[in-house]
Amino acid sequence: MSGFPILSLMLAVPLVGAIACLFVGDKMSRFVALGATLATFVLGCILWANFDIGGAQWQFTERADLFGRFQWALGIDGMALMLIMLSVFLMPLCILASWDAIKSRVGLYMAMFLIMEVVMIGVFMAQDLLLFYIFFEAGLIPMYFIIGIWGGANRKYAAFKFFLYTLLGSVLMLIAMIVMIAEAGTTDIPTLLNYDFPAGMQTWLWLAFFASLAVKMPMWPVHTWLPDAHVQAPTAGSMILAGVLLKLGAYGFLRFMMPMFPDASAQLMWLVFGLSMVAVVYTSLVALVQSDMKKLIAYSSVAHMAIVTAGLFAFNQQGIEGALIIMLSHGVVSAALFFCVGVIYDRLHTREIDRYGGLAVNMPAYALFFMLFTMASIGLPGTSGFVGEFLSLLGIYEASSVVAFVCTTGIILGAAYMLYLYRRVVFGELTKDDVKAMPDLNAREWTIMVPLAAVALWMGVYPESFLAPMRGDVTTVVARLAPAKPAGDAHLAAGKPKPAAAQGETAHGSAHAGGAK
Amino acid sequence: MIQAIVFLPLLAALIAGLGQRIIGTTASKILTTGALFTSCALSWPIFLSFVMGTGEAEVVTVLHWVSSGALQFNWELRVDTLTAVMLVVITTVSALVHLYSWGYMEEDPDQPRFFAYLSLFTFAMLMLVTANNLVQMFFGWEGVGLASYLLIGFWYKKPSANAAAIKAFVVNRVGDLGFMLGIFGTFLVFGTVSIPEILAAAPGMAGSTITFMGMRLDTMTILCLLLFIGAMGKSAQLGLHTWLPDAMEGPTPVSALIHAATMVTAGVFMVCRLSPMFETSEVALGVVTFVGAATCLFAATVGTTQWDIKRVIAYSTCSQLGYMFFAAGVGAYGAAMFHLFTHAFFKALLFLGAGSVIHAMHHEQDMRYYGGLRKHIPITFWAMMMGTLAITGVGIAGVAGFAGFHSKDGILEAAFAAGGGGVIAFWVGIFAALLTSFYSWRLVFLTFYGKPRWEQSEHIQHAVHDDHGHGHDDHAHAAQGDHHHDAHHSASGDGTAGYHPHESPVSMIIPLVLLSIGAVFAGYAFKYQFIYPEQGLAFWNGSMLAYDAELMHHSHQVDTWVKWTPFTVMAIGLFLAWNSYIRNTTLPARFVAQFKLLHQFLYNKWYFDELYNVLFVKPAFWIGRFFWKKGDEGTIDRFGPDGAAALVAGGTRLAVRLQSGYVYGYAFVMLLGLVGLASWAMVNFL
Repeated sequence: MSGFPILSLMLAVPLVGAIACLFVGDKMSRFVALGATLATFVLGCILWANFDIGGAQWQFTERADLFGRFQWALGIDGMALMLIMLSVFLMPLCILASWDAIKSRVGLYMAMFLIMEVVMIGVFMAQDLLLFYIFFEAGLIPMYFIIGIWGGANRKYAAFKFFLYTLLGSVLMLIAMIVMIAEAGTTDIPTLLNYDFPAGMQTWLWLAFFASLAVKMPMWPVHTWLPDAHVQAPTAGSMILAGVLLKLGAYGFLRFMMPMFPDASAQLMWLVFGLSMVAVVYTSLVALVQSDMKKLIAYSSVAHMAIVTAGLFAFNQQGIEGALIIMLSHGVVSAALFFCVGVIYDRLHTREIDRYGGLAVNMPAYALFFMLFTMASIGLPGTSGFVGEFLSLLGIYEASSVVAFVCTTGIILGAAYMLYLYRRVVFGELTKDDVKAMPDLNAREWTIMVPLAAVALWMGVYPESFLAPMRGDVTTVVARLAPAKPAGDAHLAAGKPKPAAAQGETAHGSAHAGGAK
Repeated sequence: MIQAIVFLPLLAALIAGLGQRIIGTTASKILTTGALFTSCALSWPIFLSFVMGTGEAEVVTVLHWVSSGALQFNWELRVDTLTAVMLVVITTVSALVHLYSWGYMEEDPDQPRFFAYLSLFTFAMLMLVTANNLVQMFFGWEGVGLASYLLIGFWYKKPSANAAAIKAFVVNRVGDLGFMLGIFGTFLVFGTVSIPEILAAAPGMAGSTITFMGMRLDTMTILCLLLFIGAMGKSAQLGLHTWLPDAMEGPTPVSALIHAATMVTAGVFMVCRLSPMFETSEVALGVVTFVGAATCLFAATVGTTQWDIKRVIAYSTCSQLGYMFFAAGVGAYGAAMFHLFTHAFFKALLFLGAGSVIHAMHHEQDMRYYGGLRKHIPITFWAMMMGTLAITGVGIAGVAGFAGFHSKDGILEAAFAAGGGGVIAFWVGIFAALLTSFYSWRLVFLTFYGKPRWEQSEHIQHAVHDDHGHGHDDHAHAAQGDHHHDAHHSASGDGTAGYHPHESPVSMIIPLVLLSIGAVFAGYAFKYQFIYPEQGLAFWNGSMLAYDAELMHHSHQVDTWVKWTPFTVMAIGLFLAWNSYIRNTTLPARFVAQFKLLHQFLYNKWYFDELYNVLFVKPAFWIGRFFWKKGDEGTIDRFGPDGAAALVAGGTRLAVRLQSGYVYGYAFVMLLGLVGLASWAMVNFL
């Protein structure tokens, strides 16, 4: 594969597809979009197959000078590879999910999705700071249009909120980037990763990045754009928003803030922990009282992302690998949950939980998939959600048992709000006439559900496939952070060990009458 | 071999569950039941080989699971004595429950789903007991929780069943929080999640200290207590027990399998499996003893007042689990496992017997509307009798007795022999045994003796009026939940309302008979292996490193009065029940009138549900709403984006553009311009 510009090709295919969609008419544009996204997915698989695990950190690198310091520099490491795979995997499913639901201006819609794919995978490929920034911010433009044109009744308010939040952070991050380039004299990301910024400067740069990335995450208290954006977005828009766009923030933390500003990261660790702890409890409780399905899942996303940020700032292998697995898992599972909402929204045109009930009777296949994704969201062992949650919480525990305790309460609240949702939608007596008339999944919906379910289980049973490519990169980040990393709060101190005889079969130690003393 | 035992039920569950439309109902049932009987047939030789002393412990690695830094664990199947005991318990009861369900669930339209869930549960339970690392144990732990959730809510149209299912899952999750933190802490301290490695290293950590949540604590104490919280959740111990009585909303075979014989004993299994860890902390063992004894007493007191036949048995289960825990707490792990083993048979028997009664009584579960059933359903009666003789511990000290006699007396004697807190546990256990005897015989007398009181039962009236007799076995109207026992219609004047209960079909009778054999002989047959000093040591053979031969030795040497006390209180309980429910049937009502407050307190289960509702459930919803309305909307949005918008809108004509929706586009052009400008600036000036 060496020398072949596969990354550029992966960007070019959907771009060409997008332009084609604008001209071929509504009917054809669906097929063009599906073809382009599938082709990109195949390229992604080739990329994964040829990725050398344990090889060079940056692979498939391409470099071309454009003007001045501005470079067309692409390259991926394992983390980027996995997130690219997530994006190219979800894209064809999103196109399929929009197949019948989108009726007006289909060509434009498909073009927007394909452009979004270009910029999303561009974010993960960029090796030049400014190139990254352009992709990072440009990704939101098609999302604005998708919400603004094909969204629900209150779409303008949602798009506006989305815009206001993003704008502030973005400008700060851009300024920080300019300062970084001036200081280090390069826009090359691999070089910047090993550049030691002065400690005082790190704090300001960190905060500027944080302002932008915390909004993208989204972290409490700058999360309120997300529920509105999800509620107003069409199904596929929600799928891609939750599936991939929410991962950009965490990717930024891991790619830039932690390795580039290790001292500041350690110094401001408790800011992240604090906001994450609040988010887990706060948004889980808010999710419990929602009456709109999409809002509920949106709030649950904020809670899951809070475990990601806490896991990242545990600064150890398990915490970060766990956070990455949550990102992948949440990408698949939340997209699937939004699709589950979309399936019944297409039939009844409401997201009100109380309008449903008893779907297990007339939609058993749907009930089965919805149950699987509910369990994956709750983090049942054997599904993808568990591996990520378990690893990251274990990593967090090493850093602080208090943070781990608060974040782990999320598993109780998560079970409560998801099962409560499931009960109200799927269980109960089937009484409403319009709900009775809803047919079970059709072939197209099966086609979307099955791959999502397969990946959620694969990642739960054999996560090694996903962990292996990322392991080296996480080790690199952990090593970079090691000098600044504070000690955990456990402070294990050995006591007086018992006599060795206590282990034998005959001796039973002094504790056999434990209740005695 | 072990792979077949564990994965056959999974395979059957998947095929029956996913392929039910293709293969049909009967094939699904044959497949799942066949898989379970195969697993069962493969499990007994393993168990017997350990009984004979020829069994070899082994660990089979199935698949790599996770490696992350120093954290490594696989999907593994461990077979040793402790596992072998659980294997026979699980596969035997499960196979019989599958068979029983052929009859019990015969008219349910959703049978393949039911059988698939049962098999799925069995798989998860087998994964739990064969776990060689804590994470796989947690997998099984949550897997059985899922199956339990699905089966409690099996009749998903019933609101009470759905509520019970969610409650079971969420309360268990509280326990799981402890379990998870326990695993994290264990990994932090020992650097591994492999059970054998942890157990080997545990004694070396005794006396060390660690900071947890800002408190300086003894390492092993906090780890054991965190893990024990998990055990409390799954085994319905006091505080986290509230889900178990509600779980009776599920079909009765489910109650027998999951909420009596297997899943709820997982906590006891866990404590025994990790016994070398618990041995390093006296505080932890003290807590285990205390919680066990308290649950034992609490559940027994509540059990004396309940009217629902399944709830009585549910509280009885809760109480018996308390016995197992305080046995473990005083170090008598062999006795705890022995009671787990015998309890599985006689409690499954009692539940299946109760199911047979419910089946005969057209889904009536209230014992106030039973009576005189002895002659109508004689096999069920005798089966229930065997179960009751077993649970109340009838037997002659030093000679022989029913299963529960050997195991429960083993626990009580060990507790007494352990001294100290064990003696308190002994007396609590004795008092609970009195109550056990009372409520168990009360159940038998109310159900099978006296005159029929069926005419006031709405279910029976339905059966008679619908003129379908017993054959009309509709779950849907059992599902209505509302009992209106106000009608006083009597067709024949003998209290039967003209209803004729029938004995259950043969598929239900066979499990009853087989389990009766277990309830009678399981204690006598295996007592030497489980709780005798020498044989026990050879039997457990290192699978339970903390097996305490010396304590067992002492327990067999206790004074004669100690050995006879359980029997005496059993006799007193029997007498009291007979006196109140056969000889002088007005006595209970007068007692209740006299001690109204006490009765209300017990009848309402010590008001735990009400308390939790006020403390946790309502505040959670209230706070959630508060955060949403006052936090997100009232503060963040108000002063954030909405405030900014208002500012802009109020100040300038931009407001118009804002509403037209074009401003974002402009802003983005601006932003991109900014990027371009910055790039250009850098190219030229830096």
